[in-house]
Amino acid sequence: MINDTVLSLNKLSKRFGTVVANESVTINLKRGEILSLLGENGAGKTTLMNMLFGHYMPDSGSIQVANTQGQLKPLTLGHPQAALDAGIGMVHQHFTLAENLSAIDNILLGSENLFAWRRSMGTAREKIKDIMHRTGLNAPLDTIVGKLSVGERQRVEILKALYRDARILVLDEPTAVLTPQEADTLFANIDIMAKDGLSVIFISHKLREVLAFSHRIAVLRHGKKVGEIATKDADEKIISQLMVGADTPATPREPLTIGAPVLQLTHLCAAGTSARSSLEGINLTVSASEIVGIAGISGNGQSTLAKVISGLTKPTSGELAIDNQPIHKFTPTSLLKSGVGRIPEDRHHDGIIGAMSVAENLAIERLDSSDIQQFGFLRDQELKLNAQNLSQKYDIRGPGIEAQTRLLSGGNIQKLILARVFEASPKLILANQPTRGLDMGAASEVGKRLLQARKRGAGVLLISEDLDELLALSDRIIIMHDGELHAAPSNNRAQIGLLMAGEVS
Amino acid sequence: MIRIEPREAPSRRLTIGVPVASALLALLLAAIPLTFAGANIVEAYQEMAKGIFGSMFAFTEMLTRATPLIFTGLAATLAFRAKLWNIGAEGQLYLGAMAAVIVGTGWVDGPPMLLIPMILIAGALAGALGMAGPAYLKTRFGADEVVTTLLLNFIILIFIQMMLEGPLKDPMGMGWPQSSPVVDNALLPQILPRMRLHYGLVIALVAAVIAHIMLSKSVWGLKLRAVGENAAAALHAGIGVKRTLMSAALISGALAGLAGVSEVAGLRGYLTTDLSPGYGYTGIVVAMLAGLSPLGVVIAALFIASVFVGADTMSRAMGVSSYLADLVVSMSLICVLIGGFIARFTIKMTPSNKKASATDSGAA
Repeated sequence: MINDTVLSLNKLSKRFGTVVANESVTINLKRGEILSLLGENGAGKTTLMNMLFGHYMPDSGSIQVANTQGQLKPLTLGHPQAALDAGIGMVHQHFTLAENLSAIDNILLGSENLFAWRRSMGTAREKIKDIMHRTGLNAPLDTIVGKLSVGERQRVEILKALYRDARILVLDEPTAVLTPQEADTLFANIDIMAKDGLSVIFISHKLREVLAFSHRIAVLRHGKKVGEIATKDADEKIISQLMVGADTPATPREPLTIGAPVLQLTHLCAAGTSARSSLEGINLTVSASEIVGIAGISGNGQSTLAKVISGLTKPTSGELAIDNQPIHKFTPTSLLKSGVGRIPEDRHHDGIIGAMSVAENLAIERLDSSDIQQFGFLRDQELKLNAQNLSQKYDIRGPGIEAQTRLLSGGNIQKLILARVFEASPKLILANQPTRGLDMGAASEVGKRLLQARKRGAGVLLISEDLDELLALSDRIIIMHDGELHAAPSNNRAQIGLLMAGEVS
Repeated sequence: MIRIEPREAPSRRLTIGVPVASALLALLLAAIPLTFAGANIVEAYQEMAKGIFGSMFAFTEMLTRATPLIFTGLAATLAFRAKLWNIGAEGQLYLGAMAAVIVGTGWVDGPPMLLIPMILIAGALAGALGMAGPAYLKTRFGADEVVTTLLLNFIILIFIQMMLEGPLKDPMGMGWPQSSPVVDNALLPQILPRMRLHYGLVIALVAAVIAHIMLSKSVWGLKLRAVGENAAAALHAGIGVKRTLMSAALISGALAGLAGVSEVAGLRGYLTTDLSPGYGYTGIVVAMLAGLSPLGVVIAALFIASVFVGADTMSRAMGVSSYLADLVVSMSLICVLIGGFIARFTIKMTPSNKKASATDSGAA
C-alpha cells in the first residue's frame, strides 16, 4: 500500500544525565511537506534531529522511514550510515565541508568507492547538473569551497544530500548564517524541491520565515512537543505563545527598595565574534537589590556583554562603571577587585580547572589574600578548612575536597562556582546562563542564591535563554537582539518572544 | 563499537605501578633485538646489571650520567606542566655551559665559595635567556614554542662552535675547538675520592626537591598548574596567564642551563660541542617517564642512566652494538606512554555508537 507518510518519529525520548532533552516526541512527515521545528534554545530540536540522523541513540522510541516503494520501514537507530541509506540528508548549522576541496569533490566525498580504479566524474557531474537544473540550487562546482560564499556553501551541502538521493532533508537553522536575500533564495529553492516530492524539516526560531515558508509547524518546549499547527491557521502570537509557554503568575518575591546603581554602561561598544554579537553603544544600569534579566536568542551579543563585565574583552568605546567608579583596566583581576562576581556561561571551560582539587578551585579567585597564602606558599590547613566550610554551606557533594573537580556533577560544579562568587560578597553578580544544563533541583538552588544576594543588596545581571527563569527571578527584563538592548514593555511572554525574534512592534 | 572513556580517578596503584611495569616490559622487549644481535640474553642482562651495580665505580658512573638528566628532566617537567613545550633544553644546556666557561676560566678569581655560586648563577641566567626569546614570541605573538625552541637548539650549537673557534678558543689547546679549562676553584668537587661523581648530583637533587615543593605548595605552582590544565579558566579567575607562562619558561631554561654548568664544571672541565649526547632531548623522555612529577624525575633519570650505562657495558662485553641502549630507552618511553594511556582511560565495548555528553549542545 502506498502511504503518504515518509517519516514517523514515535515517542522518542533522550536524557543526558538528569537533564531531559526529549520526552516522548512524536512527529510525522508527509511526502513533499515542509515541516518547521520551532523552539527556544535548549528546547531539544537539535537533539531530536541528531537522533533521527543516528548521532544520538534514543533512550526509547522508534523511527520509521518510507523506502522507495513508500512502505514505512523501521530505521536502525544510532547509525548515521543507516539514516543516509534510508534517504535522510542533514545539513548542519555548522557546515561539514572540506574547505580545501572543490565543490564537486565535496559533493562526491564519501559516496565513491574507496577502491575504484578511476573516478566517474562525468556521470557524477551530469547527475549534479540535473539536480541543479531541477531545484535551482546553483553553485560553481569546480571552485574550492574555501572561496565560496556562505550561501553557496550551504547549497553545496544541500546538493551533497540530494546527490545521495535524499528524500527527507533536515536543515538545522539554515538561515542563521544567511543574509535575508540569500534566505529568500534558499526558501524559493526549497519550495521547488518540495513540489518535486522532497520532504523537508527545517529547524528555526525565526517566526517570520517559519510562517512564510512552511506547511506545518511543530513546537518543542523543554524537550516536549507542545503543539502542532498547520501554518495557514497560525500567526505569530499563537506560535510565540506556544514557544515560550502559557503566562504563569510571577513567583512572589520580597519587594525591596532598589538602591544606588552598581553597574552602569554608557554607550558601550565592544567587538564580538560576529557583527550580530557585537555591542553597539548600549546603555544599561543595574542597581543594588535588583535583578535585571537579559533575554534573547544566543549569539545576539550576550556573550560579548558578559566578557566585557568579566574583564575578558576590552570595550572599543564607551564607559563601564562599577559602584560609580569607572573601570579603565579590563582584566579579570581588576573587575574582581572592584566587586564583580562572575558565574561564567560555560562552567566547565571557564569556571573550573577540572584536574585540580575542589579546595584549590574554591580558592582560585583570591590567591592573593593572606588567609590562603603566606609568603607565596599555600596555607594547606586554611585551604582545607575553607573548602570544608563552603562545601557544607553550599551543599557541594562529591568525592571530597581533595578530589579532582571534574568528578563532580554539573550541579555540584555550579554550586562550587556559586560558593566562590557569593563568599566574596560582590556588589554586582554577573550570572550568565547559570542554570543551563542543570536539573530542576540544582536550578532552583541557583535561583534561591541569586534572590538571597539581591536581598543582601547586590545587583544581579542575569543572562538567560530560559524565559521562565527570567520571569521568575528578574525585577525587570531587557531583550537583547543584534547587539542592542530593548526594555521589555511588560512581562507578557508573547511580546517578549516577538522582541527576541527582532520583531519590534 | 569500541569506546575509550576517561577513568573516574586513576588509582595510586595504577599511577605508580604502570610506569614500573612499563619499564620492566621494555627490558623484556629489548631481549628481542638482543637475540637478533646474537647475544645470550641471560648473560647480557647479567652484564648490564654488573655495569650498573657491579662495583662502586660502576654505580657512581651511573649517578654521574643521571645528574644532567635530572636537570633537563626538571626543565621539561616544569615547562610541560604549564603546557609550554620547551624542546630547547639542549640549546639552553650549552648556553649554561658557555656562561660557566666564560665566567670560570680565569678573568675572575676567588675562593670556591664565591666562584661556584657565580658560575651556577651565570649558567642559570644564560639558560633562562635562551628560553626568554621563544617565551616572548609565544606570549606576545602566539608563535609555536615547539618550533622556536627546537630550531634555536641548532642556532645555539652553531653559535657555540663559532665561539670555540674564535674568542673562547683555548690558546693552549693545540688548535682543537675547545675552551680554556675551568679554573680549579670553580670546579664542582668530587663526592668520593677517585670517582668522577661530583656535587652536581647534590645540586640536582636539591633542585628536584625545591621544584616539588614549589609546584605543590606554592601559589606560583598552583598558578602554573592552573594555566597548564585550563588556561581559559585560569584567565577567568584572574591569574596572569602570560606572566605565569613566562616565569615557567625562564625557570625551565635556567634548570637546563644548570645541566650545562654541572657537566662543564663537574665532569669535563672545558667546553666542546660534544659536551652533551642529547641530554636536553633525553630530559623530555625522563619527564614523560616521571609523569611530569619532579621527584619522579629523579627516579626516571636514574632508570635511563642505568639503561645507558648498563647497555654500554653490556655492548662492550658482549660485542653487540651500543645503539641497543638507545633502543631500550625508546622502547621504555613508548611502553610508558601506552601505559599512561591505559592508566587514564578505560576501553569499553558497547553495542552502538551512542554519544554521551553532559548537556545538550544548546545550539538547538
